[in-house]
Amino acid sequence: MSHHDHSTADRGPQEIAELPKDKVARFDAALPEILRRVPPDHKEAAMLAALRRAQEIFGWLSPAAQKLAADRLGASATRAEEVATFYVMYHTRPVGRHVVEVCTNVSCSLAGGFDLFEDLKGKLALENGGTTADGRITLRQVECLGSCGTAPVMLVDEEMHEGLTPQSVTQILGGLK
Amino acid sequence: MSETLILTKRWPKKDPSLVGYRADGGYAGLEKSLGMEPVAIVEQVKASNLRGRGGAGFPTGLKWTFLPKDVRPRYLCINADESEPGTFKDRYICEYDPHMLLEGIAITCFALDIHLAYIYIRGEFAKQARALEKAIEEAVAAGIFGGPKLLGKADFPLEVHVVRGAGAYICGEESALMESVEGKKGYPRFKPPFPAIIGLWGKPTIINNVETLANVPWIVEHGAAAFAALGAGKTGGTRLFGVSGNVKRPGVYEKPAGYNLKKLIMEDCGGTASGRPVKAVIPGGSSSPVLRGDEIDISLEPDAIKSAGTMSGSGGVIVMDESVCMVRALARIAMFYAEESCGQCTPCRQGTPWMWKILEKIERGEGTMKDLALIEQLPGNIMGQTICALGDAAAMPVQSFVKKFRQEFVEHIEGRGCKHGETAWGVSRQAREALVGGNRH
Ligand SMILES: Cc1cc2nc3c(=O)[nH]c(=O)nc-3n(C[C@H](O)[C@H](O)[C@H](O)COP(=O)(O)O)c2cc1C
Ligand code: SF4
Ligand code: FES
Repeated sequence: MSHHDHSTADRGPQEIAELPKDKVARFDAALPEILRRVPPDHKEAAMLAALRRAQEIFGWLSPAAQKLAADRLGASATRAEEVATFYVMYHTRPVGRHVVEVCTNVSCSLAGGFDLFEDLKGKLALENGGTTADGRITLRQVECLGSCGTAPVMLVDEEMHEGLTPQSVTQILGGLK
Repeated sequence: MSETLILTKRWPKKDPSLVGYRADGGYAGLEKSLGMEPVAIVEQVKASNLRGRGGAGFPTGLKWTFLPKDVRPRYLCINADESEPGTFKDRYICEYDPHMLLEGIAITCFALDIHLAYIYIRGEFAKQARALEKAIEEAVAAGIFGGPKLLGKADFPLEVHVVRGAGAYICGEESALMESVEGKKGYPRFKPPFPAIIGLWGKPTIINNVETLANVPWIVEHGAAAFAALGAGKTGGTRLFGVSGNVKRPGVYEKPAGYNLKKLIMEDCGGTASGRPVKAVIPGGSSSPVLRGDEIDISLEPDAIKSAGTMSGSGGVIVMDESVCMVRALARIAMFYAEESCGQCTPCRQGTPWMWKILEKIERGEGTMKDLALIEQLPGNIMGQTICALGDAAAMPVQSFVKKFRQEFVEHIEGRGCKHGETAWGVSRQAREALVGGNRH
């Protein structure tokens, strides 16, 4: 079963104080580099970057992780939540250790992308958005990845794999621990 | 015939370094610009007939003149969102020749008195974002920009930063892009006011596509007339066309702006991979109205292709041969727009999923002629009724597919299903595997 059931266990830490101290320290250490890119009077402009960093550090964006990003940018928790839920690359529910995202838009499906995704669902016994029982892989179908000339393509933890074949997909997935 | 290549010339070298770019004469355009009056640069760009490569084809120089004279600061946003299905060109500029883009940005900023530029790149392009970051670091370290002077000569502080998106097609729309740069969800703004008047943080802002600005160094260096002469009609220069789908040689092709679509597909790309006739071509990204195979002998120049009832949009050409089911293809496109609608306007929020569901129903063989009548009517209820152009983008493919391939929709309804069965996506994959022994890159 996927983790997408909304059980309380999945709601994760609610307050910043519940987050592991070492990870919060890592997040704070990353802040100056993030803030360097925005005007000092517009710190909240760094929200996307701050949430991305928080997700890398905490694994997913729990309410507490969202609050941390908001707090450090002087923004409201609502603002962080709005952003975290708007963009598909942010995970507001726990995900597997690896996120595999297969493009099924037109150019990819013409080159077998749809079939690859269906095969993977079968092999991993998952529905779209589901996570394997061992927490290894979250699988989703995504929209055009801007790589249609080398279709079909997929992202694995933000790394693009192009010109896929059923064989190369098996190999790439086999390498995920 | 040797064709003039502006944008792809250095790609085969796979050398994005500053050293390599300079060895090939890079930053000469910026050097020359610094000896020009800023207004003269704008005049050059106007006279070059450079038009936006992001989709709408708006004249670039003209857009620049919309900036109010005395409001400061002004900002530049570079659109590297590249999310329109079928489009995959800007990523290669970022990957293989990032300094060409940075030089274009520096010249543009100098011409428009802009001191802060943001390159907004879609979140999925992690590698391309790293390539841009690295190029910026190199340029700053070499004193090209980032300090008090440009190229160590003109007093002109300029900061260029990369902002990564996080997965949202709508953020390619210019006002949603600015919201996202401001660190918000990507809700398009009402227009007018246009960004050139009220943009990022309420200040005048120019937004241009990556490919658009990558042309600027060449224009300054070689002159407006030479650039205009490469194109056709009111569109100067070459364009990057990304061809995908059922062709022997998919990829990005740099061609004169007025290049013939059929020639691009049949000669440059070698025709269909399957050897079967072309059935349908989407000529400019998924939102551009589809053409039948017998309608593709046309110029890709934006004004010329308009008379064929479609657009060359973002230059993303998707080719489908006879083995592809048009209902399936359209249903997938409709799903995309339904998923990507931001939900602000009722016609778009409700109309896009409705169109998708009806198309899926017809595809499954559960549709009726009443559904077909509805799918013919719905696009008209969305077009022109929304805050941003995503509504139109969703409506145009539906309208054109049903019009051009109506019989196929009727067959699905009367035959209670798809005659293609499991192979509704056609034989491209098998054809390509037979051709090249599997996909390669
Ligand atoms: C829904 C939607 C998505 C868009 N996506 C992109 C995009 O990914 N890249 C882009 O350059 N322009 C995109 N545009 C067009 C931009 O709004 C804008 O016109 C363009 O960036 C201007 O640059 P140009 O004049 O240099 O083409 C999109 C427009 C709409 C309505
Ligand atoms: S047209 Fe669609 S995407 Fe654009 S603002 Fe309205 S609801 Fe959002
Ligand atoms: S359709 Fe899959 S990358 Fe464009």
